[in-house]
Amino acid sequence: MTDATLAAAPSAESLFRRNLRDFRRNRLAMASVAVILIFVLMAVAAPLIAPQDPNETDLFRRLQPPGWAEGGDWAFPLGCDALGRDILSRIIYGARISIFIGAAVIFLATGVGILAGLAAGYFRGWVDVVISRVVDILLGFPYLIFAIGLMAMMGPGLLNIVLALAYKEWVIPCRVVRGETLAVRELEYVEAARALGAGPRHIMWREILPNILSPVIVVSTIRMAHVIILEASLSFLGLGVQPPTASWGSMVSDGRAFILEAWWVSTFPGLAILLLVLAINVASQALRDAFDPRFSE
Amino acid sequence: MTVLLEVTSLRTEFATRAGLVRAVDGVSLQVRRGECLGVVGESGSGKSVTFTSVMGLVRSPGKVAAGTIFFDGRDLCQLSSEEMRAIRGRDIAMTMQDALTALNPALTVGEQMAEVMVAHDETLPAGRAARRSAIRERSVEMLGLVGIPSPETRLRQYPHEFSGGMRQRIMIAIALTCRPKLLIADEPTTALDVTIQAQVLELITDIRARLGMAVVLITHDLGVVAEHCDRVMVMYAGQVVEEGPTAAVIERPRHPYTRGLLASIPRPALRGQRIEPIMGQVPDLVGLPPQCRFHSRCPMARPECLVAVPMLPAGPGRQARCLRLEDLA
Repeated sequence: MTDATLAAAPSAESLFRRNLRDFRRNRLAMASVAVILIFVLMAVAAPLIAPQDPNETDLFRRLQPPGWAEGGDWAFPLGCDALGRDILSRIIYGARISIFIGAAVIFLATGVGILAGLAAGYFRGWVDVVISRVVDILLGFPYLIFAIGLMAMMGPGLLNIVLALAYKEWVIPCRVVRGETLAVRELEYVEAARALGAGPRHIMWREILPNILSPVIVVSTIRMAHVIILEASLSFLGLGVQPPTASWGSMVSDGRAFILEAWWVSTFPGLAILLLVLAINVASQALRDAFDPRFSE
Repeated sequence: MTVLLEVTSLRTEFATRAGLVRAVDGVSLQVRRGECLGVVGESGSGKSVTFTSVMGLVRSPGKVAAGTIFFDGRDLCQLSSEEMRAIRGRDIAMTMQDALTALNPALTVGEQMAEVMVAHDETLPAGRAARRSAIRERSVEMLGLVGIPSPETRLRQYPHEFSGGMRQRIMIAIALTCRPKLLIADEPTTALDVTIQAQVLELITDIRARLGMAVVLITHDLGVVAEHCDRVMVMYAGQVVEEGPTAAVIERPRHPYTRGLLASIPRPALRGQRIEPIMGQVPDLVGLPPQCRFHSRCPMARPECLVAVPMLPAGPGRQARCLRLEDLA
């Protein structure tokens, strides 16, 4: 059988397994999954891994270069920032912020998006009109400006960052879910369920949702990378996590003033952002290739 | 036999851009307990819509505009959507046209069977474990009833792991889990190949006898009706044109449309001869004048046929909508 006929077969489970197999075969994808796992491990086990206390300042180590450079010390492998804090340790702790916020925002946004999208797509009528107009309005705002505005209103703090980003992020899963629901609700098996006495709640949760989950998962993963960048941007602008808590965005911002004499202060946290976002992007592309029949050859 | 389902002057309309389409226009019918009624007609004749109306499942922009539907002594048109939902699946079950797409691909067959029982069966035991084993037992029994081998393992499989014929059987099994009084099978064999068709129809006939339920078999195959149905109802352009005991109708049709349908069935005895088609096409259902709807295609049409023709008695237990039915006797 060719891939096309397999993809057309109405078989979620086998498709899911086949997709997973496709995904596992993709070496680049597996490498990026490994990178993501390393970052997650770093975040979880930060106190065990970090060589130094991330917040301990020592002005004698001010802008100390990385271990391999002249004047460096291997106890502080990636050097120190303007307050003499160990950059490696701060990057390790910073992973907690990025990953927590990325995951929390996506979790929240996907949950809300699924509820709103299912309701809009299933009930249609005025429910759909209201939800879709709200989505359109939110899409009209530039994301970062919107988040900055919300942060300015709510004040800084971890929870507020999550909320500020999730406020707009939910529209993306919502649109995906709504579209898929519109397509699936007309299918024969939904009609068959209705003919056997199924109510709207049953139809939404048991008939529709399990059948539209793949694209939702793919989109959520892709968006996670965006959210991590947005959090870094907010922190860079000083609206995110507040000092002394280490966040990659604020670390880049901290080093900005010394970029010429102490390049390592901004560069390493910047690399961390780059590496994690790149890994998530590559993995999500592979996930999309594997799960979305439109992209499989 | 007492009457189980009685539909009187049912009219189902669809508001389309082209105008009001009366997909079902004044259909009256009866299904008695334990009986098998065959409903025949070409695509668009209103046979499916008639029974989705009975189920209360007509999709917008369609709606049941007039008529009464009495099932087991209750007027279904007067019920709330909650009450109607309780009846669907428990008292009346309907299987959909396309067996290949009518099962949820993301749930196992066992889960799909369990859901109908959980929704409708009040006799299930209260305890969680007892409930689960009762559901399991019944599912295994139902799959066995429709002839699926090793039902215990099959329950854990997904629809794609079954062949088309098996999926159709599973659909029937799901429809039968709550022992409905009436099974509406909408073209149960259209998507299947001929040998499987025969098996599925045998199965329905067999289960009907065992469970004593009534069956409405919607089809466009008169051969199927001849073999499996007690009575037949022929529909054309949203109306019933002929109705009566199967053997009598097929032996001596009293409506030219039924006769045309019978003549267009290929038969080995007529090998080498041309099959006689019914000339022309089904009329557009928008803005039909009150006259015989088959008139434009009828080989026996006369000027006096340009009036609204009622159902006329055409022999014992038979009716036909034709002014010239005596000429066909």
